[in-house]
Amino acid sequence: MFDKYLICEDSLRNVVEDGIVIGFELEVRITSYRGLALSMVEGFDVTVDGESFPREANIFLVRGRPFNFTEMETEYEVRWEMGEKAILRVPKAGGLPAGPHKIGVVEYLRISYAPVISEAADNKLLELLT
Amino acid sequence: MAVNDIKRGVSLYSFQEEYYLRKMSLEDCIAQCAEFGAYGIETIAEQMMPGFPALSDDFYEQWHGWMKKYKTVPTCHDMFLDTKRVKGRLLNDEEMVASLARDIKHASRLGCFCIRILVITPPHIMELCAPIAEEYGVKLLLEIHSPWHFTHEWIVKHIEVMERTKSGILGLMPDLGIFVHTFPSVIYKRSLRNGATPALVKEIIATYDDHGDVAGLPALIESKGGNKEDVGLARNVGHYCDVDPRKMINYMPLIHHIHGKFYEMTEDYREPSIPYDQIIAALKDGDYKGYISSEYEGNRHIQDAFEVDSVEQVRRHQVMLQRLIDGIN
Repeated sequence: MFDKYLICEDSLRNVVEDGIVIGFELEVRITSYRGLALSMVEGFDVTVDGESFPREANIFLVRGRPFNFTEMETEYEVRWEMGEKAILRVPKAGGLPAGPHKIGVVEYLRISYAPVISEAADNKLLELLT
Repeated sequence: MAVNDIKRGVSLYSFQEEYYLRKMSLEDCIAQCAEFGAYGIETIAEQMMPGFPALSDDFYEQWHGWMKKYKTVPTCHDMFLDTKRVKGRLLNDEEMVASLARDIKHASRLGCFCIRILVITPPHIMELCAPIAEEYGVKLLLEIHSPWHFTHEWIVKHIEVMERTKSGILGLMPDLGIFVHTFPSVIYKRSLRNGATPALVKEIIATYDDHGDVAGLPALIESKGGNKEDVGLARNVGHYCDVDPRKMINYMPLIHHIHGKFYEMTEDYREPSIPYDQIIAALKDGDYKGYISSEYEGNRHIQDAFEVDSVEQVRRHQVMLQRLIDGIN
């Protein structure tokens, strides 16, 4: 229900590891009205200027701690709290070029009392921070 | 003026938009309730108590400090039951009991007298948890939330368990959203903003308000060429219900807390969709002595186009409650 707040403004940047740009990341907030243990967060599909980055390869960082798609599935203790900004990291050699980018994120949540997986989407134009 | 003992409180659920955006902290929410004279504080740990269920002793100490500082009292803890926590299977009985036991201990540490039990909780789990609740002195109150209502088969099963459990530790908590007499305008106006067809929206709402064939609406609207928004609204109205508020009187021995659901408070202190005057009258007739917790649920319907002001909405709701409770119109 907080779909419009999923993608955080002013949060898109490239990720540099050992001097090499290995991808990009942005901040996201949960769309549910409460926090959830990561086992119930079924990942995030990302699109940038039309290019797709499916959820299986993306890394999710809660309070600085990274989880890959498989690790999230069995993480029953660590929670993503309501309104808390977490980082969504997308591997892409060379990262993104400078300038504005059309970012789309689809978040999948397994809500116990809902019959199907909740899919929430947000699209925003973000400027790459340097 | 009729003497009564109905007390006012707020569910901090009401302030979720402001909390989410970090415009208000947990303490701000509590202070705001006190300012409105709504001293009963209901909380949702999974919204506003990060770290739950592993909260520190310091947190609980601070919580009691706030209660003292603002002269507020803890009323209710709203629990959730993540039956789908493990991918591919549902929790078993033992896991569900453990989850609820965790909530009972938390509610007890906050000083709450009750827990809001999510309606999906199975009746036999309530029965298994009753002895734990008795040990901690925390009532487990099943939320009667639309589309469920008192005579729904699932609720009837729950009531059987409540009556069988003689200690009175199990009971009910009606959500006033079961008394939606006129369909909330904030909901269908959102559909219109999203592209619903005005003529069809009018027909859908009239069908609800006139107690027409609500169940047949999705098929009807589809046959009339309704778009996705039209059909979505047609389906959505089926999740609301218009129970007679006097129905509560029959269940009064089981009712210990109430969610004062509201969708929109107007400037002249009215909730156009829920007959609060009839509800308070019924509660007075039934000699209800508990709290009514304001529960604002309009933010999700207006946040696409408007700035949400939950504080003002709760203020108006509290003014209305006070007037009705005191018998001033």
